[in-house]
Amino acid sequence: MKGVSTMSQIRMFLSVTAILSLAFLSPALTANPPSKGDVLPKINLSIPKSLDERTYLGLSGAGTFRIPQIKAKVVIVEVFSMYCPYCQKDAPKINEMYQVIENNPDLKNKVKIIGIGAGNSVFEVEVFKKTYHVPFPLFADKDFSIHKLLGEVRTPYFAAIKMNDDGTHQIVHSQLGDFQGAEPFLELVLKSSGMKQEDNP
Amino acid sequence: MNKKRLKTIIWIAVAISVSTSTTLAFAISDAFKENIYNVGILKPIDSVLKVKVGDRAPEFTLPAVSGEKISLKQYRGKKNVVLSFAPAAWTPVCSDQWPGYNIVKDIFDQNDAVLLGITVDNIPTLFAWTNQMGKLWFPVLSDFWPHGAVAKKYGILRSNGVSERALFIIDKKGIIRYIDVHDINERPALEDLVNELEKLK
Repeated sequence: MKGVSTMSQIRMFLSVTAILSLAFLSPALTANPPSKGDVLPKINLSIPKSLDERTYLGLSGAGTFRIPQIKAKVVIVEVFSMYCPYCQKDAPKINEMYQVIENNPDLKNKVKIIGIGAGNSVFEVEVFKKTYHVPFPLFADKDFSIHKLLGEVRTPYFAAIKMNDDGTHQIVHSQLGDFQGAEPFLELVLKSSGMKQEDNP
Repeated sequence: MNKKRLKTIIWIAVAISVSTSTTLAFAISDAFKENIYNVGILKPIDSVLKVKVGDRAPEFTLPAVSGEKISLKQYRGKKNVVLSFAPAAWTPVCSDQWPGYNIVKDIFDQNDAVLLGITVDNIPTLFAWTNQMGKLWFPVLSDFWPHGAVAKKYGILRSNGVSERALFIIDKKGIIRYIDVHDINERPALEDLVNELEKLK
Protein backbone atom coordinates (compact mmCIF):
# COMPACT_ATOMS: atom_id res chain seq x y z
CA MET A 1 0.00 0.00 0.00
CA LYS A 2 2.67 2.43 1.07
CA GLY A 3 4.76 1.59 -2.01
CA VAL A 4 1.93 2.39 -4.33
CA SER A 5 1.22 5.72 -2.72
CA THR A 6 4.91 6.73 -2.90
CA MET A 7 4.97 5.73 -6.54
CA SER A 8 1.93 7.82 -7.32
CA GLN A 9 3.43 10.73 -5.47
CA ILE A 10 6.58 10.47 -7.51
CA ARG A 11 4.52 10.28 -10.66
CA MET A 12 2.57 13.33 -9.58
CA PHE A 13 5.81 15.16 -8.78
CA LEU A 14 7.30 14.37 -12.17
CA SER A 15 4.24 15.36 -14.12
CA VAL A 16 3.83 18.66 -12.28
CA THR A 17 7.51 19.38 -12.89
CA ALA A 18 7.18 18.50 -16.54
CA ILE A 19 4.09 20.62 -17.10
CA LEU A 20 5.54 23.61 -15.30
CA SER A 21 8.91 23.30 -17.05
CA LEU A 22 7.15 23.36 -20.38
CA ALA A 23 5.10 26.36 -19.35
CA PHE A 24 8.18 28.31 -18.26
CA LEU A 25 10.45 27.12 -21.01
CA SER A 26 8.34 27.82 -24.05
CA PRO A 27 8.87 31.59 -24.07
CA ALA A 28 12.60 31.07 -23.69
CA LEU A 29 12.70 28.55 -26.49
CA THR A 30 10.88 30.82 -28.92
CA ALA A 31 13.78 33.27 -28.51
CA ASN A 32 15.73 31.54 -31.26
CA PRO A 33 16.64 32.85 -34.69
CA PRO A 34 14.18 31.85 -37.42
CA SER A 35 15.07 28.54 -39.03
CA LYS A 36 15.28 27.45 -42.61
CA GLY A 37 11.81 26.45 -43.80
CA ASP A 38 9.99 28.79 -41.41
CA VAL A 39 7.77 31.63 -42.48
CA LEU A 40 8.69 35.10 -41.25
CA PRO A 41 7.09 36.47 -38.10
CA LYS A 42 4.65 39.30 -38.81
CA ILE A 43 6.95 42.28 -39.13
CA ASN A 44 5.55 45.69 -40.08
CA LEU A 45 7.99 48.12 -41.67
CA SER A 46 7.34 51.72 -42.69
CA ILE A 47 7.08 52.30 -46.42
CA PRO A 48 10.17 54.42 -47.21
CA LYS A 49 9.73 58.14 -47.88
CA SER A 50 12.36 58.02 -50.59
CA LEU A 51 10.95 57.37 -54.05
CA ASP A 52 14.10 55.49 -55.08
CA GLU A 53 13.71 53.12 -52.16
CA ARG A 54 10.00 52.61 -52.83
CA THR A 55 10.78 51.85 -56.46
CA TYR A 56 13.54 49.44 -55.46
CA LEU A 57 11.14 47.56 -53.19
CA GLY A 58 8.23 47.80 -55.62
CA LEU A 59 6.02 49.54 -53.08
CA SER A 60 3.81 52.58 -53.33
CA GLY A 61 1.96 54.91 -51.01
CA ALA A 62 2.57 55.38 -47.30
CA GLY A 63 2.00 53.40 -44.12
CA THR A 64 3.49 50.01 -43.44
CA PHE A 65 4.29 46.91 -45.41
CA ARG A 66 5.45 43.36 -44.76
CA ILE A 67 8.62 41.84 -46.20
CA PRO A 68 6.78 39.33 -48.46
CA GLN A 69 5.19 42.32 -50.24
CA ILE A 70 8.58 43.34 -51.62
CA LYS A 71 8.72 42.80 -55.38
CA ALA A 72 11.43 40.15 -55.64
CA LYS A 73 12.06 36.45 -55.84
CA VAL A 74 14.41 36.54 -52.90
CA VAL A 75 14.81 39.16 -50.19
CA ILE A 76 17.98 39.23 -48.13
CA VAL A 77 17.43 40.72 -44.67
CA GLU A 78 20.31 41.92 -42.53
CA VAL A 79 19.67 42.69 -38.87
CA PHE A 80 22.39 45.15 -37.84
CA SER A 81 23.14 47.90 -35.36
CA MET A 82 25.13 51.08 -35.88
CA TYR A 83 26.72 50.28 -32.52
CA CYS A 84 27.98 46.86 -33.57
CA PRO A 85 31.63 46.76 -34.70
CA TYR A 86 31.11 43.62 -36.79
CA CYS A 87 28.21 45.26 -38.62
CA GLN A 88 30.42 48.28 -39.29
CA LYS A 89 33.19 46.07 -40.60
CA ASP A 90 30.80 44.06 -42.81
CA ALA A 91 29.00 47.11 -44.22
CA PRO A 92 31.27 47.55 -47.29
CA LYS A 93 30.94 43.85 -48.10
CA ILE A 94 27.14 43.99 -47.98
CA ASN A 95 27.27 47.06 -50.25
CA GLU A 96 29.44 45.05 -52.61
CA MET A 97 26.81 42.30 -52.64
CA TYR A 98 24.21 44.91 -53.61
CA GLN A 99 26.42 46.03 -56.51
CA VAL A 100 26.99 42.45 -57.69
CA ILE A 101 23.21 41.94 -57.77
CA GLU A 102 22.46 45.24 -59.50
CA ASN A 103 25.16 44.64 -62.12
CA ASN A 104 23.88 41.19 -63.00
CA PRO A 105 20.81 41.30 -65.28
CA ASP A 106 19.81 37.82 -64.08
CA LEU A 107 19.65 39.01 -60.48
CA LYS A 108 18.64 42.66 -60.68
CA ASN A 109 14.97 43.09 -59.78
CA LYS A 110 14.92 39.52 -58.49
CA VAL A 111 17.11 39.74 -55.41
CA LYS A 112 16.63 42.68 -53.03
CA ILE A 113 18.36 43.59 -49.79
CA ILE A 114 17.01 45.40 -46.73
CA GLY A 115 18.55 46.14 -43.33
CA ILE A 116 16.82 46.37 -39.96
CA GLY A 117 18.63 48.34 -37.23
CA ALA A 118 18.02 46.47 -33.98
CA GLY A 119 17.52 49.00 -31.19
CA ASN A 120 18.45 51.81 -33.56
CA SER A 121 16.42 54.99 -33.92
CA VAL A 122 15.67 56.52 -37.32
CA PHE A 123 18.51 58.97 -36.65
CA GLU A 124 20.95 56.17 -35.80
CA VAL A 125 19.99 54.18 -38.90
CA GLU A 126 20.56 57.32 -41.00
CA VAL A 127 24.00 57.75 -39.44
CA PHE A 128 24.88 54.18 -40.43
CA LYS A 129 23.50 54.69 -43.94
CA LYS A 130 25.44 57.91 -44.43
CA THR A 131 28.70 56.64 -42.90
CA TYR A 132 28.85 53.52 -45.07
CA HIS A 133 26.94 54.86 -48.11
CA VAL A 134 24.48 51.99 -47.82
CA PRO A 135 22.61 51.86 -51.16
CA PHE A 136 19.66 49.68 -50.05
CA PRO A 137 16.80 50.57 -47.67
CA LEU A 138 17.40 50.45 -43.91
CA PHE A 139 14.67 50.41 -41.30
CA ALA A 140 14.73 51.48 -37.66
CA ASP A 141 13.67 49.19 -34.82
CA LYS A 142 14.19 51.52 -31.89
CA ASP A 143 12.21 49.56 -29.31
CA PHE A 144 13.71 46.18 -30.35
CA SER A 145 10.20 44.92 -31.22
CA ILE A 146 11.27 43.40 -34.57
CA HIS A 147 14.44 42.12 -32.95
CA LYS A 148 12.28 40.31 -30.39
CA LEU A 149 10.12 38.77 -33.12
CA LEU A 150 13.27 37.52 -34.78
CA GLY A 151 14.39 35.70 -31.64
CA GLU A 152 16.71 38.41 -30.29
CA VAL A 153 19.44 37.47 -32.71
CA ARG A 154 22.99 38.67 -32.27
CA THR A 155 24.03 41.24 -34.86
CA PRO A 156 24.78 41.00 -37.68
CA TYR A 157 22.19 38.38 -38.62
CA PHE A 158 21.29 37.41 -42.18
CA ALA A 159 18.22 35.71 -43.57
CA ALA A 160 17.11 35.02 -47.13
CA ILE A 161 13.40 34.80 -47.87
CA LYS A 162 12.07 33.12 -50.98
CA MET A 163 8.83 34.41 -52.43
CA ASN A 164 6.76 31.69 -54.03
CA ASP A 165 4.54 32.27 -57.05
CA ASP A 166 1.42 31.44 -55.01
CA GLY A 167 2.10 34.36 -52.64
CA THR A 168 3.54 32.26 -49.84
CA HIS A 169 7.12 32.59 -48.68
CA GLN A 170 9.70 30.74 -46.69
CA ILE A 171 13.06 31.36 -45.08
CA VAL A 172 15.66 29.54 -47.17
CA HIS A 173 18.75 30.72 -45.32
CA SER A 174 19.39 31.88 -41.74
CA GLN A 175 22.84 32.88 -40.51
CA LEU A 176 24.27 34.48 -37.37
CA GLY A 177 27.33 36.61 -38.14
CA ASP A 178 30.35 35.36 -40.10
CA PHE A 179 29.49 37.07 -43.38
CA GLN A 180 31.61 35.16 -45.88
CA GLY A 181 31.81 37.89 -48.52
CA ALA A 182 29.52 39.06 -51.30
CA GLU A 183 30.00 36.31 -53.88
CA PRO A 184 30.03 33.23 -51.59
CA PHE A 185 27.03 34.48 -49.61
CA LEU A 186 25.08 35.22 -52.75
CA GLU A 187 25.97 31.83 -54.17
CA LEU A 188 24.61 30.20 -51.02
CA VAL A 189 21.38 32.20 -51.19
CA LEU A 190 20.83 31.50 -54.89
CA LYS A 191 21.33 27.78 -54.38
CA SER A 192 19.17 27.52 -51.27
CA SER A 193 16.37 29.43 -53.00
CA GLY A 194 16.58 27.34 -56.15
CA MET A 195 17.33 30.42 -58.26
CA LYS A 196 20.70 29.14 -59.30
CA GLN A 197 19.24 26.09 -61.07
CA GLU A 198 16.41 28.07 -62.61
CA ASP A 199 18.75 30.63 -64.10
CA ASN A 200 21.66 28.41 -65.03
CA PRO A 201 20.32 24.94 -65.74
CA MET B 1 -2.30 14.51 5.92
CA ASN B 2 -2.06 13.16 2.39
CA LYS B 3 -3.30 16.50 1.08
CA LYS B 4 -0.56 18.31 2.97
CA ARG B 5 2.09 16.04 1.48
CA LEU B 6 0.66 16.54 -1.96
CA LYS B 7 0.84 20.29 -1.46
CA THR B 8 4.49 20.04 -0.39
CA ILE B 9 5.29 17.93 -3.43
CA ILE B 10 3.63 20.39 -5.76
CA TRP B 11 5.55 23.28 -4.22
CA ILE B 12 8.86 21.47 -4.58
CA ALA B 13 7.99 20.72 -8.19
CA VAL B 14 7.17 24.38 -8.80
CA ALA B 15 10.46 25.47 -7.25
CA ILE B 16 12.49 23.04 -9.33
CA SER B 17 10.68 23.97 -12.55
CA VAL B 18 11.18 27.68 -11.98
CA SER B 19 14.84 27.35 -11.12
CA THR B 20 15.52 25.08 -14.10
CA SER B 21 13.80 27.36 -16.54
CA THR B 22 15.55 30.43 -15.14
CA THR B 23 18.95 28.85 -15.63
CA LEU B 24 18.08 27.90 -19.18
CA ALA B 25 16.73 31.33 -19.98
CA PHE B 26 20.04 32.79 -18.86
CA ALA B 27 21.97 30.30 -20.93
CA ILE B 28 20.02 31.41 -23.99
CA SER B 29 20.57 35.06 -23.19
CA ASP B 30 24.25 34.36 -22.82
CA ALA B 31 24.40 33.01 -26.34
CA PHE B 32 22.81 36.24 -27.59
CA LYS B 33 25.43 38.39 -26.03
CA GLU B 34 23.76 41.76 -26.20
CA ASN B 35 20.97 40.62 -23.92
CA ILE B 36 22.99 40.13 -20.80
CA TYR B 37 22.32 43.75 -19.97
CA ASN B 38 18.75 43.73 -21.21
CA VAL B 39 17.36 41.19 -18.77
CA GLY B 40 16.34 43.95 -16.41
CA ILE B 41 18.05 42.63 -13.31
CA LEU B 42 20.01 45.80 -12.64
CA LYS B 43 18.59 48.71 -10.74
CA PRO B 44 18.24 51.45 -13.40
CA ILE B 45 20.08 54.07 -11.31
CA ASP B 46 21.96 53.37 -8.11
CA SER B 47 23.65 56.62 -7.07
CA VAL B 48 22.87 60.25 -6.26
CA LEU B 49 24.20 63.00 -8.51
CA LYS B 50 26.50 65.51 -6.85
CA VAL B 51 26.48 68.00 -9.72
CA LYS B 52 23.78 69.78 -11.69
CA VAL B 53 23.44 71.66 -14.96
CA GLY B 54 25.02 75.11 -14.52
CA ASP B 55 27.69 73.89 -12.06
CA ARG B 56 31.39 74.10 -12.79
CA ALA B 57 32.45 70.58 -13.77
CA PRO B 58 34.67 68.93 -11.12
CA GLU B 59 38.27 68.80 -12.37
CA PHE B 60 40.08 65.54 -12.90
CA THR B 61 43.21 64.06 -14.42
CA LEU B 62 43.09 60.43 -15.49
CA PRO B 63 45.41 58.05 -17.38
CA ALA B 64 44.34 57.14 -20.90
CA VAL B 65 44.78 53.78 -22.64
CA SER B 66 47.19 55.55 -25.03
CA GLY B 67 49.57 56.20 -22.12
CA GLU B 68 49.00 59.93 -21.77
CA LYS B 69 47.29 61.73 -18.92
CA ILE B 70 44.20 63.72 -19.75
CA SER B 71 42.94 66.62 -17.67
CA LEU B 72 39.55 68.19 -18.13
CA LYS B 73 41.07 71.65 -17.91
CA GLN B 74 43.26 71.14 -20.99
CA TYR B 75 40.12 71.71 -23.11
CA ARG B 76 39.14 74.92 -21.31
CA GLY B 77 38.55 77.70 -23.82
CA LYS B 78 39.18 75.29 -26.71
CA LYS B 79 36.64 72.48 -26.93
CA ASN B 80 33.31 71.36 -25.58
CA VAL B 81 33.74 68.05 -23.76
CA VAL B 82 31.42 65.07 -23.69
CA LEU B 83 32.09 62.63 -20.86
CA SER B 84 30.70 59.17 -21.54
CA PHE B 85 30.83 56.97 -18.46
CA ALA B 86 30.22 53.28 -19.24
CA PRO B 87 29.52 50.90 -16.35
CA ALA B 88 32.29 48.38 -16.95
CA ALA B 89 34.54 46.97 -19.63
CA TRP B 90 32.83 43.60 -19.75
CA THR B 91 29.66 45.12 -21.09
CA PRO B 92 28.98 43.12 -24.24
CA VAL B 93 30.64 44.95 -27.09
CA CYS B 94 27.78 44.85 -29.57
CA SER B 95 25.29 46.45 -27.22
CA ASP B 96 27.61 49.17 -26.08
CA GLN B 97 27.79 52.80 -27.00
CA TRP B 98 31.36 53.56 -27.93
CA PRO B 99 31.55 51.67 -31.25
CA GLY B 100 28.61 53.84 -32.31
CA TYR B 101 30.32 57.06 -31.22
CA ASN B 102 33.34 55.84 -33.11
CA ILE B 103 31.59 56.38 -36.47
CA VAL B 104 30.30 59.88 -35.69
CA LYS B 105 33.54 61.84 -35.17
CA ASP B 106 32.20 64.30 -37.77
CA ILE B 107 29.24 65.17 -35.53
CA PHE B 108 31.55 65.87 -32.61
CA ASP B 109 33.86 67.92 -34.87
CA GLN B 110 30.96 69.97 -36.24
CA ASN B 111 30.04 70.85 -32.68
CA ASP B 112 33.58 71.64 -31.64
CA ALA B 113 33.46 68.84 -29.12
CA VAL B 114 35.75 66.09 -27.91
CA LEU B 115 34.60 62.83 -26.40
CA LEU B 116 36.20 61.22 -23.36
CA GLY B 117 35.18 57.64 -22.61
CA ILE B 118 35.58 56.67 -18.94
CA THR B 119 35.12 53.48 -16.95
CA VAL B 120 36.32 52.32 -13.52
CA ASP B 121 38.41 49.52 -15.08
CA ASN B 122 42.18 49.43 -15.13
CA ILE B 123 44.25 50.25 -18.21
CA PRO B 124 45.11 46.69 -19.36
CA THR B 125 41.42 45.72 -19.22
CA LEU B 126 40.41 48.83 -21.14
CA PHE B 127 43.18 48.20 -23.66
CA ALA B 128 41.93 44.66 -24.38
CA TRP B 129 38.29 45.69 -24.42
CA THR B 130 38.57 48.73 -26.66
CA ASN B 131 40.80 46.83 -29.10
CA GLN B 132 37.70 44.81 -29.99
CA MET B 133 35.89 47.96 -31.06
CA GLY B 134 38.32 48.82 -33.82
CA LYS B 135 40.50 51.91 -33.61
CA LEU B 136 38.79 54.53 -31.47
CA TRP B 137 39.31 58.20 -32.34
CA PHE B 138 38.66 59.41 -28.77
CA PRO B 139 40.62 58.90 -25.55
CA VAL B 140 39.50 56.17 -23.15
CA LEU B 141 40.28 57.00 -19.53
CA SER B 142 40.68 54.74 -16.52
CA ASP B 143 39.00 55.81 -13.29
CA PHE B 144 40.38 52.73 -11.57
CA TRP B 145 42.47 54.15 -8.73
CA PRO B 146 41.55 55.58 -6.32
CA HIS B 147 38.65 53.42 -7.36
CA GLY B 148 35.93 55.36 -9.19
CA ALA B 149 37.12 58.65 -7.69
CA VAL B 150 35.91 60.76 -10.62
CA ALA B 151 32.61 58.90 -10.87
CA LYS B 152 32.19 59.51 -7.15
CA LYS B 153 32.94 63.23 -7.53
CA TYR B 154 30.15 63.51 -10.08
CA GLY B 155 27.86 61.31 -7.99
CA ILE B 156 27.50 58.41 -10.41
CA LEU B 157 29.35 55.62 -8.61
CA ARG B 158 26.96 52.75 -7.96
CA SER B 159 26.94 50.79 -4.72
CA ASN B 160 28.73 47.83 -6.36
CA GLY B 161 31.68 49.95 -7.52
CA VAL B 162 30.84 50.43 -11.22
CA SER B 163 29.66 53.72 -12.63
CA GLU B 164 26.33 54.62 -14.11
CA ARG B 165 25.85 54.80 -17.86
CA ALA B 166 26.05 58.58 -17.89
CA LEU B 167 26.68 61.45 -20.29
CA PHE B 168 27.85 64.95 -19.35
CA ILE B 169 28.31 67.86 -21.73
CA ILE B 170 30.77 70.46 -20.45
CA ASP B 171 31.14 73.69 -22.42
CA LYS B 172 34.35 75.56 -23.21
CA LYS B 173 34.02 77.54 -19.99
CA GLY B 174 33.98 74.34 -17.95
CA ILE B 175 30.28 74.57 -17.10
CA ILE B 176 28.06 71.48 -17.15
CA ARG B 177 25.37 72.03 -19.77
CA TYR B 178 23.70 68.61 -19.95
CA ILE B 179 23.48 65.53 -17.75
CA ASP B 180 21.96 62.18 -18.69
CA VAL B 181 22.31 59.55 -16.00
CA HIS B 182 20.72 56.86 -18.08
CA ASP B 183 18.95 53.67 -17.09
CA ILE B 184 21.99 51.38 -16.95
CA ASN B 185 20.09 48.71 -18.88
CA GLU B 186 19.52 50.92 -21.91
CA ARG B 187 21.61 52.81 -24.39
CA PRO B 188 20.92 56.53 -24.73
CA ALA B 189 19.70 57.50 -28.21
CA LEU B 190 22.37 59.28 -30.22
CA GLU B 191 20.01 62.04 -31.37
CA ASP B 192 19.44 63.21 -27.78
CA LEU B 193 23.16 63.83 -27.35
CA VAL B 194 23.49 65.44 -30.78
CA ASN B 195 20.53 67.77 -30.11
CA GLU B 196 22.11 68.90 -26.85
CA LEU B 197 25.48 69.45 -28.52
CA GLU B 198 23.84 71.59 -31.17
CA LYS B 199 22.32 73.80 -28.47
CA LEU B 200 25.83 74.91 -27.50
CA LYS B 201 26.35 76.74 -30.79
